[in-house]
Amino acid sequence: MIAIVDYGMGNLKSVANAFEAIGSPARLVTRPEELREAAAIVVPGVGAFGDGMRNLRARGFVEALEEEVRRKGKPYLGICLGMQFLADVSFEHGEHAGLGWIRGAVKRLEPDDRRFKVPHMGWNDLRLIRDSALFADLPGEPVFYFVHSYHVEVAPEEAGAVTATCWHGADVTAAVQKEQIFGVQFHPEKSQQVGLHLLKNFVQSARLCMRTSSVE
Amino acid sequence: MLKKRLIPVLILRDGVVVRSVSFTHTNIIHWKPATAVDFFNKWAVDEIVLLDVSRTLDQREKFYEAIEGLSKQCFVPLTAGGWVTSVDEARALLRLGADKITVNTEAVRRPAFITECATVFGSQCVVVSIDVRRATNAWKVSINRGSEATGLHPVAWAQEAQRRGAGEIFLTSIDHEGLQQGYDLALMKAVAGAVDIPVIAFGGAFAWQHLADGLATGVEAVAAANVFHYTEHSTKKAKEFLRTAGIDVR
Repeated sequence: MIAIVDYGMGNLKSVANAFEAIGSPARLVTRPEELREAAAIVVPGVGAFGDGMRNLRARGFVEALEEEVRRKGKPYLGICLGMQFLADVSFEHGEHAGLGWIRGAVKRLEPDDRRFKVPHMGWNDLRLIRDSALFADLPGEPVFYFVHSYHVEVAPEEAGAVTATCWHGADVTAAVQKEQIFGVQFHPEKSQQVGLHLLKNFVQSARLCMRTSSVE
Repeated sequence: MLKKRLIPVLILRDGVVVRSVSFTHTNIIHWKPATAVDFFNKWAVDEIVLLDVSRTLDQREKFYEAIEGLSKQCFVPLTAGGWVTSVDEARALLRLGADKITVNTEAVRRPAFITECATVFGSQCVVVSIDVRRATNAWKVSINRGSEATGLHPVAWAQEAQRRGAGEIFLTSIDHEGLQQGYDLALMKAVAGAVDIPVIAFGGAFAWQHLADGLATGVEAVAAANVFHYTEHSTKKAKEFLRTAGIDVR
């Protein structure tokens, strides 16, 4: 079972619809203990970072994610805010601690040129800079849908975690991966065929992950 | 780089897609909006806008069903509007699967409404729709499905909408709408040049060249309704045309 963490932020239905469309129905979970049965975990979310982390924590999801993803090694896909949670800290309206699974900080996009508007909203080309299971069999410069004003600035010592960037007056961190932990700043559930393909790739890597662990 | 966007608009009256000419809605195009979206999904549209132009709210449920149905099938951003007069109504549309909502009449009557929506859902979610009619020698904003004139100038109103938290402007020329002669280019240029948020041009596009002309005014996106219903593989052909014209589209 693929679990979509429902922590009261944003419209999660479109993510559920997308998994449904690729033939891998996912379940919206509102209680942390439900993650125990999950084979893979998706954390979507649109909204403010501070509110998001507060909601996750208040509902007991932070500990549950530590246990299931970090200790048990279940695949994680963070979408938009769900990717930003991976960082140590966010500077969106104050200073808020993240999960800290990838060294880095969430900072506001500040393109020098006024022609590049914030929020960064619309379809943009990815520059794939490292192989990632998520990008298997995608076109060379896939185009995805973005809506955000902040992004993860990955720390230099963990620069290798960045798998894709895009250009919006400055380099924007578009995707990260560290072991079985994936994060995408864009919205695969709103990116038509390439988006659905990426979600399929995630499901596929979750299957491989399961197979490996059952062999152990 | 961000792509310019191509946006089909579905105009619904009492739950069915209708053809619109200068805000008069007559011909029924498809009984079920989902039929139209099936085309759009295959041919790389960038977003879909769904507007309820019903004269009453009697059949609102059918509009809700359309949003819900489309959101299950089309994996692109979905904007829904018409009759959005409260934060609760906006929330209802978002819950049904819309990603953004448009506000129009209520925003003019009570501009703080824009800020209320932006505070709750974020600016990226709030599209202010502006309908413009050309009076004797000036543009004026109209509300209430074009039936009620206001003294507002579209440029000033767009700027105020931005200040109050709008994330985008959906700009319609009532005079050009449905006449197939292209957008009101002067209007698009005036508004796009006056605000920092994206402007979506609507009303009058019926040839691929119209889309290119629209984008040349500085708007971020071009929207059209009727043309996409009457031309086979329309959005795909439109994209090919724009790409050949040197415009960066998906």
